[in-house]
Order: sequence, then structure tokens, then C-alpha cells
Amino acid sequence: MNTLILRTVAPVLTALMLLFSVFVLLRGHNEPGGGFIGGLIAVSALAIYGIAFGVSAVRRAIRFHPMAIAGSGLLLATLSGLISIFAGVPFMSGLWIYPEVLGVEVPLSTVMSFDIGVYLVVVGAITSIALALEQDSEPREVVAEPPPLRAKRPRKPRPKPKVEG
Amino acid sequence: MAAPSTDISAALVLVSPHLADWLVVLPVALMIGFGAVLMMVRKSVRLHGTIAITGLALLVFLDAALLVRVSTYGPVTMVMGRWLPPFGIAFTADLFGSLMAFVSAIVALAAGVFALRDIDAGGRRYGFFPFLMLLMAGVSGAFLTGDIFNLYVWFEVLLISSFGLLILGSEPEQIDGALKYAVLNLIGTTLFLIAIGYLYAIFGTLNMADIAGKASRLRETAPLVTLTALFILAFAMKAAAFPVNFWLPASYHTPRITVSALFGGLLTKVGIYALIRVTVMLFPVEREELSLVVAISAALTMVIGALGALAQNDLRRLVGYVVIAGIGNMMAGVAIGTPAAVSGSILYALHSVVTMTALYLVAGEAARLGGAWSLSGLGGLYRRAPWFSAASLALFLAAAGLPPLSGLWPKVALLKASLDIGAWWLAAAILISAFIVTLALSRVFLLAYWRPRPEPAPELVIARDWRIAWPLGCLTALSILFGLFPETVLDLSQRAATGLAEPSAYIRSVFPGGAAP
Amino acid sequence: MEALFAILIGLFFAAAIYLMLSKHTVRILLGIVLLGNGVNLLLFTTGRLTREVPPIIPNGMDALAAGAANPLPQALILTAIVISFSFFAFLLVLTYRAYQELGTDNTDEMRLAEPRDEERPPLGY
Repeated sequence: MNTLILRTVAPVLTALMLLFSVFVLLRGHNEPGGGFIGGLIAVSALAIYGIAFGVSAVRRAIRFHPMAIAGSGLLLATLSGLISIFAGVPFMSGLWIYPEVLGVEVPLSTVMSFDIGVYLVVVGAITSIALALEQDSEPREVVAEPPPLRAKRPRKPRPKPKVEG
Repeated sequence: MAAPSTDISAALVLVSPHLADWLVVLPVALMIGFGAVLMMVRKSVRLHGTIAITGLALLVFLDAALLVRVSTYGPVTMVMGRWLPPFGIAFTADLFGSLMAFVSAIVALAAGVFALRDIDAGGRRYGFFPFLMLLMAGVSGAFLTGDIFNLYVWFEVLLISSFGLLILGSEPEQIDGALKYAVLNLIGTTLFLIAIGYLYAIFGTLNMADIAGKASRLRETAPLVTLTALFILAFAMKAAAFPVNFWLPASYHTPRITVSALFGGLLTKVGIYALIRVTVMLFPVEREELSLVVAISAALTMVIGALGALAQNDLRRLVGYVVIAGIGNMMAGVAIGTPAAVSGSILYALHSVVTMTALYLVAGEAARLGGAWSLSGLGGLYRRAPWFSAASLALFLAAAGLPPLSGLWPKVALLKASLDIGAWWLAAAILISAFIVTLALSRVFLLAYWRPRPEPAPELVIARDWRIAWPLGCLTALSILFGLFPETVLDLSQRAATGLAEPSAYIRSVFPGGAAP
Repeated sequence: MEALFAILIGLFFAAAIYLMLSKHTVRILLGIVLLGNGVNLLLFTTGRLTREVPPIIPNGMDALAAGAANPLPQALILTAIVISFSFFAFLLVLTYRAYQELGTDNTDEMRLAEPRDEERPPLGY
């Protein structure tokens, strides 16, 4: 699947789909959408990127290990349920605050943070499955170099991971 | 945000919950939270043990607090998201659920400490401790939920984590065992889901308290016996009762021994818990109709489990068959169905959670000391480790049901209950099964402990390790204590069984203002 | 309409059971997938079959429109789909690994965990 067309389109498509996934996530409160479907869209974006540039490129692009992303989402979802202990309402009750940002009232709620948690869980868990499956089928030859993620500042070379144990 | 014009406050919980009510939800939330943290720090393997043991210790503490609360004030309920039951998902802890949750938490803590030694860095990097946390979230959720679809979800949570634990290491044998385990358990939970579908079609609700209240009204018209039969089949599959038990001996001996211990102690008991909850509390009349089938299955499970134990050479597989024999005993209590019999089943479940986990751990330690899993290869353990041998002997006697250990009391209760209703053949099956299990386990002691080593191996110096001594010692002590001073646990399990047979307190805790229309 | 669905669900179950009785793991897997879909259909049918009104509260209203579908079975199905999807992914990988490691997809020959010629326990010292 290493064609020129795909390699040219993939970064743009990935960026667009990620943006759209966030849109679907935030839309989900009152209309069809939500964390689960948004997460799935984000995963398919990453999968397209992986098909074009290989698994290691995706792993570099998302920086954190997919399971760590899933874990953070799970933690966020649990905490949004537990916040209601301080408000004196049962577990998982929706709580709202309306801070003013630059003169615009922004409704924020535990419902939304729970949904963001779901989004992260789906992104993490399914990306890790997708990457594992892609890694298996990937040809051993060198895949094309992806375009630099951040053109301005080249990232410092990472220190080699210490040997664990 | 326009104010809604319809008044929805009638569907909301308006009183703020007592802080102690949170104890129903916190065990599950705690385990999920710790599992999430462990997933986030997956690279720093060294932290895993500390974090996980802290989490499990907290879980024991929370479950103990919940048990105290429930046994003093009666069942506790919390509804998710302020929606009144039956609209919101309710978590309801009664005495039965909180007892089981407490004992499983103790066992998980013991197994977690044992894992510090048993699971190496590779297993931890693969995610043993996160999976353990999620498994405990599933187990606690199953024991504490008050909603039958939610029960299904927790079943799946613990099933998914158990898959992860089962293939830890990815040996070919594990993959073989895991395939059979996964396929059959998946079919079992699908059957459960089918039953839930029919239940929803009949009742229009999934809240257990609501179902218990409505069952008497619908009994004349609805096919409740069929429904109960489906539930019994699904849960018997989860609990490994004959004739749907063959996945257990095919898979439980393949993973690491800590994982086997957790599975043998907890997973089948979750199936028994669900069986008791649904048949005794929700559909008692239908259970009566099906009691002969359950009784026959129970008797066969006991005897076949015991005979299987007698025929095994591998220590782990032998323990697996002992687990099955125990399942038969618990099913017998369900088949008889009187409060005394159900309390015997509950007692047996509590005893079995502790003893079966401990037996698997004993098998692991025996293999470490003796260098083999098979009875033909083991020998001379008594000379090597007298204290360990004493603890093993105590656990063997407990599992066989001999006095003065924990296995005696549930067996006595079940025997008495079955003789009371005149089911002499069930009583005979219990006795025969106990006799054969005694034979099998005493032969283990003879061959692996008393007998001199088959070929004199070089005397390895094997250091004593607190990570093995403490869990084993504590579980054995628990079993001995329960055998010598059974009054508290007997009393608690009797009250739990009464609460199941007469669930008015349970229903009142979910619907304080009277049952839903 | 419900009767039609009942027959359809029955067909799903029959096909699923037929496939699961096979010796080959891939067919068993397909049977499980079919069974899962049959169950989803069953859950859907239990919540009454209605036409074309999704259970979404329209803009400016507080309650569902009349004749809207029952949202609860849909929620149940969504949960069940997610769960069965993840199980299917796991089982697919597991079957594939089993085929690689054990060299067979015939369950009769998968005897690694329970070998046929297992030693009997010693009868005495």
C-alpha cells in the first residue's frame, strides 16, 4: 500500500479526520456523536497514517504508548464519576460549571470529561490492537520516511531507554 | 441552557447520599482507577508491585467497611447519575454480595503478594498487575451490582481481563487452553445475554429488586421456567458444573500458578454467586420446578470432580478437579433451596474462595521446592519444608471437609439440609465426593511430602521468602480460624440466606418509597 | 413483524449452532459471531419494533416524539456489540496464534494442554 498518492494524501487526511473526531466527540452531548464514535474515527485516522508510513511512524506520532492513553482515559472517566462525592450527589451524576472565557460562557461538565475519557480509552485500546495487527502484516522493507511532524524545531534525540529489570 | 419545561425531578434522587453509601461504588471505582494508573505507568515495572498491593489493601479495607455497614444497617444502594431506580443503574450490596466481595478481596491481596515473586519482569511488562486490577473490578462489580445487565457487563470485564491473564507468557500450552476457555466462556455469557433479552421482554426492567417484586404477578402468564432454565445453563457453564465443565480442566492448569489460583478461587464462584442470586432471590418458584435437574447435575459434578482428582498426576490439574467437586456441593445447596441449604452454599463458597486459591498456591510452591508438577516427580517435601508441609496438610484437610477445618461446616449444613428434605441420594453424593477427595489429597500428601525423593537430587538451598510465606500462612490461618470459630461466619451466612429468600429488605433499600409501578 | 424476526433469529441461532459444532476453530469462531448477531437481533426485537422514529429528543422539546423507538434495547445492543467486537478481535488473534503454534485448526488434535498419553499417578511408593 506504499503508493505515492496515499503517502501524499495521508498526512492531510489524518489531520482532517482527527479534527473531525474531536468535533464528533464534542457534538455528542446533545446530538448524535460522542466519545466512542469519535474515538473510532481517530483510530481510523491513525490507521491510515500507519498504512502509509508504517507502524513505527504512528508510534512516534502519538508519543505515548497506546495503552497509556487508554489508561489515562479510564482514569479520567472514573474521576469524573467520583467528583460527585464532593457535590453530595450519587456516583456519575452530571455536574456543570459555566466559566466565562473571553466573554463567552463555556459550559463544562463531568459528562463531557467522562466522554473525553471514553474517547481516549477507545483511541488507546483500538490503536494498540490495530498497530499490533499492522505490525504483523508489515513487509520488512523500509517504508517511506514520513514528513516531519514539527518542521520548525527538530526534536532532540531521545536518550536511549534504560535497560529495565 | 433553557430550563426544561417538563419537571423531571420526580425521576431524580433528591436526597444526597450518605457518605457510607459510597462504599457500594468505591471498590469498583478504586480498582478501575488503580488499573488505569498501572496502565499509564506500564514502562516503570518496578512501581507496579507497590501500586497494586496498595490498591488491593485499600480494596480489602473498603470491602470490610462495606460488610460492617451492611451487616449493621441492612442492604445499601446507590443509583448512578441520580436517576431513580429502575431507570438508573443501581448498585446494591446485601450481606451475600458484600461477604463474597470481602473474601475475594482478601484472596486477591494474598495472590497479589504471591505474584510479587511468581510473576517476573516480563510478565509485569506484559501487564499482569493492570489485568489483576481490572479482574478485581469485574469481580467486585459482579458482587455489588443490583442490575442484571450490569452483571453481564461485569462478567465481560472479568472475562476480558482473565483472557489477558491466561495467555500471559504465550506458551503453546497456554494458547491451547486459552482457546477452549475463551470459546466456551464466550458461549456461556452469550447464553446469559439471551436470557437477559427474554427477561427484558417479559418484565420491561433490568433492576433485580424490581424483578423480584414483579415476578409474583407475572408468574401465571409468562414463561418464567424456561427463562430460569436458560439462566441456570448459562451460570452453570460459568461455574463449571457437569455437563458443561470440561473447559476448566482443559485450561486452568496452563497459566502461571498465581493466575490459576485467582481463577480457581474467584471466577467459578462468581458463576455460583450469580446462580444463587438469580434462582434463589428472583425466581424461587421456578427454581423449585427445576430443582431435580439441578440436583442431578450437582451430584454428578461432585462425583465426577472427585474421581477426576483421583486420576490426575499433575498437581495443578488435580486441584482443578477439586474445584469442580466443590462447585457440585454449592449447586446442591441451590437445588435444595431452603434457607439452611442456601446458607450452606454461601458458606461453601466463602470457604472455597479461600481454600482453592490456597491450594493452587501450595501446588506452585511444591513445584518450586520439588522441581516438578507431577506426583511421580515430587517427593520429600516434608523434610525440606516442614512448616510448608503443615500448612499444606491443613489446607488438604480443609478442602476434603474434615474437622476441625473450614470445609467441615458447609458440608455439615448441606448434608443436614438434604436429609431434611429426604434427598438421601444427594447426601450420599456429598459424602462419597468428600471421601474420594480425601483419598486424592491424602495421596498427594503421601507421595509428594512423605515419600523420599524418587531420585536423590542435589540438595538445593531454597531461601524462604516472605512473599510466599505470608500469603500462604494467612490463607491457611483464615481457614483454620473459620474451622475453629465458625459462629460469626455461620451467623452471617444464615442472615445472608434469609435475606435472599425474603428480599423485602433488599427491595426496600432500592425503592425506599415502595416498589415501582 | 415480530414473528418474522423470531424466525430470522431462529435461523441465525441454527446456523450458529451448526457452525459451532464443527471441529475447525475458524468455523467455531464464525458460529460465535453469528450467535452474537442473533442475540443482538433478539434484544432489538424484545424492545418492540417500531417504524422510523429514532429515540432522539427533537430540538426545543423535552420528551420523545410519539411512537419513538425504545432506546433501552439499543443501548443494550450497543454495549453488546462493543463487547462482542472486542472478544472477536481477541479470539481472531488467538485462533491465528493457535494455528501458528499448534500447527492445526482441528480441535481434536489440540491436545497440548491435555496430552492423550498422560502418565497415571503412581500407585505406591
